[in-house]
Amino acid sequence: MSLAPTRILLRIYIGILFLFVFAPIIASFVFSFNSDRFPTIPLGGFTTHWYEKAFFNAELLPAALNSLTVALSTALLSTFIGFTAAYTDYRYQFFGKTGFLILGLLPPTIPLIIMALAMLGWLSNFHASGMVVSIVIAHTVLCAPFAMAIIRLRLHQMDPNLEPAAHNLGASEWVTMLNIIIPFTRPSIIAALCLTAAVSFDEFAVSWFVSGLNKTIPVVILEILTGNIDPQVNAIGSVVLLVSIALVVIAQSLVMGRTRSTGTAS
Amino acid sequence: MRQPLVVLDNVVKRFGSHVAVKGINLEIREGEFLAVMGPSGCGKTTTLRMLAGLEDPSEGDIRLAGQSLVGKSPHERDTPMVWQSLALFPFLNARENVEFGLKMRKVEPAARRRRALDWLDRLGIGEFAERPVDQLSGGQRQRVALARALVTEPRILLLDEPLSALDAHLVIRMQAVLTKLQKELGITFVYVTHSQSEAFAMADRIVIMSKGEIAQIGTAREIYRAPINRFVAEFVGRNNIFTGTSQGGGHVETPFGTLTVSGERAKGTPVSFSVAADLMSVSATPTATNSIEAQLLSEEFVGSMVTLFFEAKDGTELKVQMPERSFAALPLDTSRSVYLNFAPENAQLLKD
Repeated sequence: MSLAPTRILLRIYIGILFLFVFAPIIASFVFSFNSDRFPTIPLGGFTTHWYEKAFFNAELLPAALNSLTVALSTALLSTFIGFTAAYTDYRYQFFGKTGFLILGLLPPTIPLIIMALAMLGWLSNFHASGMVVSIVIAHTVLCAPFAMAIIRLRLHQMDPNLEPAAHNLGASEWVTMLNIIIPFTRPSIIAALCLTAAVSFDEFAVSWFVSGLNKTIPVVILEILTGNIDPQVNAIGSVVLLVSIALVVIAQSLVMGRTRSTGTAS
Repeated sequence: MRQPLVVLDNVVKRFGSHVAVKGINLEIREGEFLAVMGPSGCGKTTTLRMLAGLEDPSEGDIRLAGQSLVGKSPHERDTPMVWQSLALFPFLNARENVEFGLKMRKVEPAARRRRALDWLDRLGIGEFAERPVDQLSGGQRQRVALARALVTEPRILLLDEPLSALDAHLVIRMQAVLTKLQKELGITFVYVTHSQSEAFAMADRIVIMSKGEIAQIGTAREIYRAPINRFVAEFVGRNNIFTGTSQGGGHVETPFGTLTVSGERAKGTPVSFSVAADLMSVSATPTATNSIEAQLLSEEFVGSMVTLFFEAKDGTELKVQMPERSFAALPLDTSRSVYLNFAPENAQLLKD
């Protein structure tokens, strides 16, 4: 019986925690349909005006296209690099491997603003700043470690005899890669694609520094906001949020689902 | 006389400074069931992996049907293996697992499907062909692994402790399946195990390895009745080992007094010999030769056989094995000493 009050308190605590995290997001979503210009209570009437305004915003459509292009390219590139790095770690023992892993996993620990400045300076040297491809390069540096971490986790769940077993049955290295390693890691590859796309899609600091005139959505949002308070930001935010949530949920369900079912799978 | 299918010629395997296999010579005959046995770290699995091409020998040559295998990639050899972990492909169903080797050999889809299903039927799991492998029981997965290795109709099958993960009753069942298959197919099985009962139950010949070397090769009977050295005698288990000094004329001075063995060693040299537990007898009074006074400690029943554990006066443990019926007829009294006896011809002199 003595546990009961503690449990009630814990539940209240978790409730408050979730409220604290999600209330602003829900508020933004609610106000995106509010006809009043300022976010005040009581609410005005229901409107989709801010969505229309955002949709016909001359800057927004190219930005959305940029964001999508960058997110897709970043996802493909960083998942490929992450996969090869994870497989190298799984398969080979070599001198300096610990250093290789630390360097590989380091980029996300660097403060974004430092990373953004460094990227800008570095890319300018090659006259490669201010282009869509610049954002892709910078985001790939940022995202590849996430992809590597996810795929590495999956490879560590693999029976170490699986690959030799395929060789033993007549599969060459490349055939084994295509028939065994990639099918086994497929859930983590898809998860890595979704997660890196989501990170890239949301990322602001690096994009703002290296994008030049090729703005992405987060950059445009900030520019709208610096001018005035405009509820169309709520509308854009709600759409961006839905896209990101969808990507992360897909990634999570793939990683979690497979982790549970591999216990008996070897 | 069956011709050797595989020849291991002075094969050495080093891992850095560690020598896992120290120059072994072995001929594996066509169609035999060969068990390779030894404690962990004796080099048995490394030897098997060299046959499969998963390790390359540091020195020496391995020939299959006269052709050297050294330098050939694993996927270019036809030496399928059944793994201790089974290593079934978890994202494929039972049939697709079995088809894998045929797919690699570019067999047509229809033909490989038929051959895979045939093999699953043959092993009694045809009805589970379309099941994901993680929904099969241990015994069923075992059979999938066997079918997957045998579907390409190899001349030799390598097995690396395939039954070690199974329950005891399933092990007995799978042993019967394996021996029957091997006889029917007439192909060579090389079976690595640390389990004496598995090796003795199935193998035509047994190789006993110790510290990277072959200690003895022989039939189960030869290994059991005539262990060549102390390691084999101890590893096989049901042996009493005696050490002493030769007095000449087959007499050996031991802590139990002078014992007589058949076989001669120069006077003054150290001698050790083993006597199998089932070749010892128990009596209430000492006999003329080779009687050792001891007290009964405990008994252990395995089926209709009983193993009796005695303690000699100096604290040495001695084992006697007999049918349960004979044991019931013995006038054994734990409060009194009895005498353990063996005939000189049943003493097996050991090399070291």
